[in-house]
Amino acid sequence: MAKTHVTMTVNGAEVEGLVEPRTLLVHFIRENLQMTGTHIGCDTTHCGACTVDLNGMSVKSCTVFAVQADGAEITTIEGMANADGTLSALQEGFRMMHGLQCGYCTPGMIVRAHRLLQENPSPTEDDIRSGIAGNLCRCTGYQNIVKAIQYAAAKQNGVEFKEAAE
Amino acid sequence: MIPGQFDYHRPASLAEAVHLMATLGEDARALAGGHSLIPMMKLRLATPAHLIDLGGIGALKGIRRDGDHIVIGATTTQHDLLASDLIAEALPVLHEAARLIADPQVRYMGTIGGNVANGDPGNDMPAVMMALGAHYRLEGEGGAREIPAAEFYQGAYFTALEPGELLTAIAIPVPPAGHGSAYEKLKRKVGDYATAAAAVVLTMAGGRVATCCIGLTNLAEAPLLAEAAAQAVIGTDLDDAALQRAAAAAMAIMQPAADGRGSPEYRRHVGGIMVQRALKRAAARAG
Repeated sequence: MAKTHVTMTVNGAEVEGLVEPRTLLVHFIRENLQMTGTHIGCDTTHCGACTVDLNGMSVKSCTVFAVQADGAEITTIEGMANADGTLSALQEGFRMMHGLQCGYCTPGMIVRAHRLLQENPSPTEDDIRSGIAGNLCRCTGYQNIVKAIQYAAAKQNGVEFKEAAE
Repeated sequence: MIPGQFDYHRPASLAEAVHLMATLGEDARALAGGHSLIPMMKLRLATPAHLIDLGGIGALKGIRRDGDHIVIGATTTQHDLLASDLIAEALPVLHEAARLIADPQVRYMGTIGGNVANGDPGNDMPAVMMALGAHYRLEGEGGAREIPAAEFYQGAYFTALEPGELLTAIAIPVPPAGHGSAYEKLKRKVGDYATAAAAVVLTMAGGRVATCCIGLTNLAEAPLLAEAAAQAVIGTDLDDAALQRAAAAAMAIMQPAADGRGSPEYRRHVGGIMVQRALKRAAARAG
């Protein structure tokens, strides 16, 4: 099968590769680019572990072909830290609020929450819960994930977050 | 899960896409958001030899007012719908239905055209479009035609689309100011298809129902327009007896399948309840 040449900007760097049309974006990222922070969970568009940011949208990269993302701007969990390498407000929130246990869902959660806070910098608890409705976590019961995102929103808004992790 | 092999085409214009559809024939499928098609391809339930990606055709995307209609391009996403002030103002029922579809990630990719053209009885927008009296624009190499949503669906995954045709836009008559609408969807969890759902668009005059349309989702092999149920409430003030007559008339045309969402008896029962709730909520919003 003939391969197609694709180029995209991933975490600020231009990358290219040869892919079969049927290559899924998540496989291109994990296997061609060797960036394994983006996880494959259910592989059926349900769990959100493979969420990446594509042209300003949160998408499940197990359900997008790499050829569809030709020319796109993509951010993965590897691109979430601050430019100086310190943890972003969201990463710090997940750490401080114990927003993870096994950690499998965490890359998708953080990438999704990043877009949510871009679109809605001061979300209510309901906004957060419906905003991450496409990301499943089987460990935490979501309480501390919600708090992690609240922590990040508060920090980005210059407000102290006073609640403690559950 | 890896899909079968296919050739990928990304036309830059509608004319080019329609030409490809005509030339490549039944081995070709149109790719819009891909969130129904790609999962089917990963399961090898769909194995098209050619995919024609509509994502590069700017003319297929967008929402505009055209006289007394709202026209929505086929590749407009559910997220685009939710972000549209025009839709919020003129067609709030589309916001309500879009918010109940899948989850945020899927709504960024999933398109209104894919939702209505796929013919999956679980899709939410077809019944809403039937209740709104929408028309679909279908374009092929031989030209364009318009068909009412109410005449488009023939069975599960069978529609009036001819081989080589693309659904390119949806035209919806703007309901009169003061109309009321509601979409009631019972589902087991976020992202699920409806166990049963009902769309209602009505107008009230002097406390009584003046006009009413009711659409039903996932309660038969195709979406249903519940005309007798709508007739049962016209002229009434939606008292309990009228609501029960409407539910009974709607339940009489439901033929739900038995699946993980419940037995046919259960789904018909909750289908009647969705009709009553949607009627009440639509009436409360009218005025």
